[in-house]
Amino acid sequence: MSTAVNDVHEHEHEHPEGFWGVLGRWLFTTNHKDIGTLYLWLSFIMFFVGGAMALVIRAELFQPGARIVSPEFFNQMTTLHGLIMVFGVVMPAMVGLANWQIPMMIGAPDMALPRLNNWSFWILPFAFSLLMSTFFMSGPAPDFGWTFYAPLSTTYGPKSTDFMIFSIHLMGLSSIMGAINVIATIFNMRAPGMTLMKMPIFVWSWLVTAFLLLGVMPVLAGAVTMMLADRHFGTSFFNAAGGGDPILFQHVFWFFGHPEVYILIMPAFGVISEVVSTFSRKKIFGYRFMIYAIVAIALLSFIVWAHHMFTAGIPLVTELFFMYATMLVAVPTGVKVFNWVATIFKGSISFEAPMLFAIAFLFLFTMGGFSGLMLSIVPADYQYQDTYFVVAHFHYVLIPGSIFAIMAAIYYWLPKWTGHMYNETMAKWHFWLTVISINITFFPMHFLGLAGMPRRIPDYALQFTDFNRIATIGAFIFGFSQLLFLINVVRTVRGHGPRVGAKVWEGAHGLEWTLPSPPPYHSFTVPPEIKN
Amino acid sequence: MIKRFFSKKHLPVTLLVIALAMFGFGFALVPLYTLVCKTTGINGKTAGPSILGEPAEIDTSRWVTIQFLATNNANLDWKFYPETITLKLHPGENKLIYYYAENLSGQGMTVQAIPSVTPGLAAKHIKKTECFCFTQQTFKAGEKRHMPILFHVDNSLPKNINTFTLSYTLFNADKYKKSNRTLGRP
Amino acid sequence: MKNNFPVFISRICLLLGSWFCISSAYAESRINMPQGVTPMSHDIYALHMMIFWICVSIGVLVFSVLIYSLIKFRKSKGAVPADFHEHTVVEITWAVIPFLILVAMAIPATKVLMRMDNTDDADVTIKIVGYQWKWKYEYLDQGISYFSNLSTPVSQLNNQAPKNEWYLLEVDRPLVVPIHQKIRFLVTANDVIHSWWVPALGIKRDAIPGYIHESWARIEKTGTYRGQCAELCGVNHGFMPIVVEAVTPEAFAAWVQQQTAGKTSLPPDIKKEKSQAELLKQGETLYTTHCAICHKPEGTGMPPAFPALKGSVIATGPVKNHIAMVLNGKPGTAMQAFKEQLSDEDIAAIVTYERHAWGNDDTPRYGKEAGGTVQAAQVASQRAESTHEKLN
Repeated sequence: MSTAVNDVHEHEHEHPEGFWGVLGRWLFTTNHKDIGTLYLWLSFIMFFVGGAMALVIRAELFQPGARIVSPEFFNQMTTLHGLIMVFGVVMPAMVGLANWQIPMMIGAPDMALPRLNNWSFWILPFAFSLLMSTFFMSGPAPDFGWTFYAPLSTTYGPKSTDFMIFSIHLMGLSSIMGAINVIATIFNMRAPGMTLMKMPIFVWSWLVTAFLLLGVMPVLAGAVTMMLADRHFGTSFFNAAGGGDPILFQHVFWFFGHPEVYILIMPAFGVISEVVSTFSRKKIFGYRFMIYAIVAIALLSFIVWAHHMFTAGIPLVTELFFMYATMLVAVPTGVKVFNWVATIFKGSISFEAPMLFAIAFLFLFTMGGFSGLMLSIVPADYQYQDTYFVVAHFHYVLIPGSIFAIMAAIYYWLPKWTGHMYNETMAKWHFWLTVISINITFFPMHFLGLAGMPRRIPDYALQFTDFNRIATIGAFIFGFSQLLFLINVVRTVRGHGPRVGAKVWEGAHGLEWTLPSPPPYHSFTVPPEIKN
Repeated sequence: MIKRFFSKKHLPVTLLVIALAMFGFGFALVPLYTLVCKTTGINGKTAGPSILGEPAEIDTSRWVTIQFLATNNANLDWKFYPETITLKLHPGENKLIYYYAENLSGQGMTVQAIPSVTPGLAAKHIKKTECFCFTQQTFKAGEKRHMPILFHVDNSLPKNINTFTLSYTLFNADKYKKSNRTLGRP
Repeated sequence: MKNNFPVFISRICLLLGSWFCISSAYAESRINMPQGVTPMSHDIYALHMMIFWICVSIGVLVFSVLIYSLIKFRKSKGAVPADFHEHTVVEITWAVIPFLILVAMAIPATKVLMRMDNTDDADVTIKIVGYQWKWKYEYLDQGISYFSNLSTPVSQLNNQAPKNEWYLLEVDRPLVVPIHQKIRFLVTANDVIHSWWVPALGIKRDAIPGYIHESWARIEKTGTYRGQCAELCGVNHGFMPIVVEAVTPEAFAAWVQQQTAGKTSLPPDIKKEKSQAELLKQGETLYTTHCAICHKPEGTGMPPAFPALKGSVIATGPVKNHIAMVLNGKPGTAMQAFKEQLSDEDIAAIVTYERHAWGNDDTPRYGKEAGGTVQAAQVASQRAESTHEKLN
């Protein structure tokens, strides 16, 4: 994405040439834009890897009976699909956006800790190589779901589990370093006059996300360390034989896991706030409340984890507590949705690609929110838990939620990053194919779950055939539509498309739009003046 | 003071310390969870030995039914079953029952029986003075034993619980061998 | 391009709309939660529908405002942006109203949950143990205990035979329970975490090794109710269904009688020799139920976890080792001991079948130990021997 960065405006920085020169440049770069670009490309590649796995899953489920892959391989696919999409796609993409945008949005020259930044990226390719290498080992790759519940992953886990554990350690390390960097940048690098309550909502959402990361990634590291110890060092944290408890694993995992899903969605809230405001040509409605809502959601995320475990036999009082706490999340989330609608209300709306994705976000994320609310009701959850209803729910909040926000962000800021406009027609095709196919894929899954189809099964009873077929067709359309996105991004990066000025969008405001497109290598070498 | 930790210079270190603390917290969840479970009995685990003190007051107006269960973990090749399947007693009354265990696996083995009670809230009201589940049990190949549980149910058992189930699951504990204390008679 | 989009959208809406109409024409149970046959499942269904309609109404409200704004305030129609961007009263209002709605939802949910937490004495207590990959049912007071395996033939799984109506939802021995009586289920597991789920009973309980959890049902009408394991438990997680046969209390009593009578009656005459053809026929059926999921109908297995039987050392070597393997399993692997589950006759039939299927009886190739016929008596003596050996 930033090859365009070096063709104009750049005289002070001569980028080295030749294979070793280029390699060295990217390997040792400490520039926030370069690192942002690396994160985004990694995420893009992993998006297709994880997506290919999803298509294997959907192809197997096209009709009942053993068809394409064995149940063993199917389980490996569901496990790796989950791990890759969470840790390899959404998180790196969000960090990539943070790297590119946060310094530009707060008027800083770069991130606060550039070398740390380089490290936190370059750990990731190793982490994912380690994870993917499990496919080539004798014995199965991790095959116990992305939640790796003990004892299936400990006493009964395949040998490759240890590689997954180390891979998660590395990813955790990378995220923690990234989080430290973001917090340090936001606290220390703001331009004079950029008070906390003047920061763009995207920056705010990332500040909160970074604290969440700092709070829970170490807990995940602890959980996998305990797993490793149980597997090899004779401890029994999660094995009842030695006095442990498999349910404890679920508690520790979800203590990480629930804030984790908010880590995936928070920056998306930030992106949507920026985009909706720009294309409505109106300031975001209720700026302060938007921030309060983000903070409230983050705090609540620490006390709702057991709602993933309602069927695991926790007692009545505990279930009631976690049900009430979970339901409460709907209040700040509701406030956010209402504020976005209020921002659009009486605006002057135009429908460029970023806005289209943001609008789809508003509709579909809200639907995912509704099914989330339904899942919070303990008695009803007894029926929903571990069915396709849950699969439908979290794909509705993750694809039209996080992924759509990432796509909106790319279309929104790509012209700024490259100095060229993307192809709007292609982007609209991409949008409509995506938004339609996503519903074809995941809407029927609500029906499947309610009618009794458990998740993570490689074969199913005949009554589920129709909806599974529809879902598979949708998934393939969705998967292949993403090629349009890839083509569009590559074209723009390579300099196709008309040149754009500093302020790409008519309704945009914020410091990044005061910089030329593409912005200079070091964003603000002189602190900008903050107005109002 | 606090301001110093968040000063430009110290902030990254402070954040690193927070991360390390959270890593520690992950491990702290283990004793924390055990403590919460012990005091509330939420995971249905019974407590360790309680001292047989003054004979508790026996509430003859009330009957409680206890069912005894036995499960072998991981297809353990043992005979393991309660010699009493159901028992009616008054709260406060001391009772002694036996589980039968026989090692059919053809080799010496150390096992650990893990107790579990449902409804979970009854767990902390079972007061066991002696139980084969307190320690690991080592059996020679083919050895058989009648293993005792001496216990009473305390008076504070919630009124709505008339029946509860005490289950023991037998695990191979060779990996976690601790003591060689044996209990029970052949 | 821009002007075509509204037309495009309306076409898509039409398409989606017609699709929903088609889907709602399906039987209700295909798109919604079953109402079930227990007080618990009725409560859950009512709660589910209530929350669903609340969500739909909120959705309609929010989406109408959104759609209205998107149509009304288009820049292409000359909309001019207003300047408001803050209103504390409005913010507080739309935080408080959802909160009140949530309270209204929480009250019935709490009530239902408390009703579910029923500790009344039960008429029948059944212990359910999850195994990789089958269920074991133990009737505590009746002393009945048996395994319940998937009974769908492997040929159907592999698309070599047409799939029958209850494909993947059928078992060899269903759980038989009486209606109108309180049944208490005690759920635990032998190896990893499973989850016993029967939608019609409104029960989903995780089966956790070392821990016991309970649930209960009072079934209103006779019938067959089906469910599946709901927690990923390994390779064959999708192949361990649950079938509950609810019968009248009289029929249940008769069934119990029959089960217990069968047990005390004389053991089947193991001295009776069976012909090879008989053994092979019986063996094939049993192989399909108990072995084929892992070792595959073609005997090819799924190496390395599940070795092939075709041409294997055990299945073509000495008969004694082969019987011992089936009886005692192989510790530390997925190969479990079948001696508790299968009778001597069954094991004899399975072993005979395995020694002849897939060309395993090819003596020129595998040596003179290959093939052969195994009788129940031989298994019985080996069973007794192995127990005896261990005792010494």
